[in-house]
Amino acid sequence: MSLRADYSISEIYGFEQKIRVLRPLFSSGVSAGFPSPAEDYIEQRLDLNELLIKNPAATFFVRVNGDSMIGAGINHNDILIVDRSLEPVSGKIVIAIINGEFTVKKLIKHGHSCKLVAENPAYPTVELTEESSCEIWGVVTCSINQF
Amino acid sequence: MNKVFALIDCNNFYASCERLFRPELQGKPIVVLSNNDGCIVARSNEAKALGLSMGAPYFKNKALIRKHNVQVFSSNYALYGDLSHRVMRVLQDMEPDVEIYSIDEAFISLPAGNNLAAYAKSMKARVEKYVGIPVSIGIAPTKTLAKIANRFAKKNAQHQGAFEIRNHENSDELLSTVGVGEVWGIGRKSTEKLNRQGIHNALQLKNADDQWIRKHLTVTGLRTVMELRGTSCLPLDHSLPTKKSIISSRSFGSPVNTLPDLREAIATHIAIAAEKLRKQKSAAGSIHVFIYTNRFKKDTPQYAGNIMMTLSQPSACTPTIIKSALQGLERIYKPGYAYNKAGIMITELVPQNHLQQNLFCSENIENTPLMATVDRINTRWGRNTLQFAAAGLAKPWGMKQAHKSPAYTTNWPDIPVVTASF
Repeated sequence: MSLRADYSISEIYGFEQKIRVLRPLFSSGVSAGFPSPAEDYIEQRLDLNELLIKNPAATFFVRVNGDSMIGAGINHNDILIVDRSLEPVSGKIVIAIINGEFTVKKLIKHGHSCKLVAENPAYPTVELTEESSCEIWGVVTCSINQF
Repeated sequence: MNKVFALIDCNNFYASCERLFRPELQGKPIVVLSNNDGCIVARSNEAKALGLSMGAPYFKNKALIRKHNVQVFSSNYALYGDLSHRVMRVLQDMEPDVEIYSIDEAFISLPAGNNLAAYAKSMKARVEKYVGIPVSIGIAPTKTLAKIANRFAKKNAQHQGAFEIRNHENSDELLSTVGVGEVWGIGRKSTEKLNRQGIHNALQLKNADDQWIRKHLTVTGLRTVMELRGTSCLPLDHSLPTKKSIISSRSFGSPVNTLPDLREAIATHIAIAAEKLRKQKSAAGSIHVFIYTNRFKKDTPQYAGNIMMTLSQPSACTPTIIKSALQGLERIYKPGYAYNKAGIMITELVPQNHLQQNLFCSENIENTPLMATVDRINTRWGRNTLQFAAAGLAKPWGMKQAHKSPAYTTNWPDIPVVTASF
């Protein structure tokens, strides 16, 4: 390392300069010619966040492992958008905690009883009784399937 | 209109963050360790009940931790920072006047009213539902009393996480159960002074003689006493004070002997500090560089070197500051020692827009867009996506973080997995 070699001159003859020099920084080119006729019509660009995320503070992303929800259009390896601020009403697809594990199911409520349903005939429905511990972690609003 | 203060405090914040994405740890003891896995800095209630204490060295408690199958986590500041931000955002959506006091605490100014404890419970419920972090809320006419109210909200289950102290109602009896040392703003030295004076609890402090307090605890202490009496002296503070200095330092995972390793460590610290410096739109006038051997290992040779380097003109440019810091390091480095800590402090901060131009250096004109680009890329793609070659790549001196959880909310490959197979 040749740190000493380029020891700057200013440090040896350090002095304080009292004059403030302001130089303009041009961030855009100086226009020469006609302004773009589209300029007045430019609006904001489309933003997927705006479309898909209503409540950023309550929104989380999770990844799906398995095929028990393919009937709802949720495939293995999809990314789900989960909004914790939404009420888990009957018919919603939810992230539930069953036996300490995150799982994705459709919530069906009938009066006081409710069940967690898979959207794939190969998987059984989980009936929720008072004893079985189940907590709804959040409501799924969207599934992202990247090809 | 009369105002009161609410203090919202996240319960066992770091431990709660870890548990949010590990539902199987519900009801299980958890501890979170400090940088470098040194000490216990957060405990779930179950871990507290086992007698694991705050700040206790990890290695001394390993037996107890293993015996009770306590889950151990290294600090994961990306996760805690993100969840903290979410908590604050939920509060700000509910109330216009919020002061973010720390990573896990916020003061809110509320119009005085009748059913504030009930309102606090609805706030608490909203934060817990939206973000998944449990909180406690204390309400009182002053910030100092709100801190105390929060303690009661947290400690006594019957308050359900929200508690209000009202003037002339319940306050005296409650204050008599609070030690002076637990009062906000009363440090260890003040506690000793007060104890010698026969003042042991917050009620005695509230009724203390103004003259004596002013003389021995200065006007700051008097302010605390006034606040205990219900006279608000500390308004919400919205100014994020620009820091006067920025420190970055850390103990090494294993001792470091060579100059090249120390160089990388110092350059890394500068990169971290300079990014913060630019974020607050300041420039540094000088840099302190320090390196220490392990002073707890009395049997090894001891050395502590430090030096202050002055820049020819204030700079916020990482390469310029690194260059100067490494010159300093070369002057203080002594071979033959096992260094266990290195760090830097950048000081004499000035606002960037007041920079004086130096005839011999045009760096600020040249480098500002470069630094802005580096910061933008690192913010977007994660810290250290772009880094300065001087900071090295291998980082053999790096941090010990044996138990770090994924960055569940800030890094795509780390997002939680949900099963769809039963």
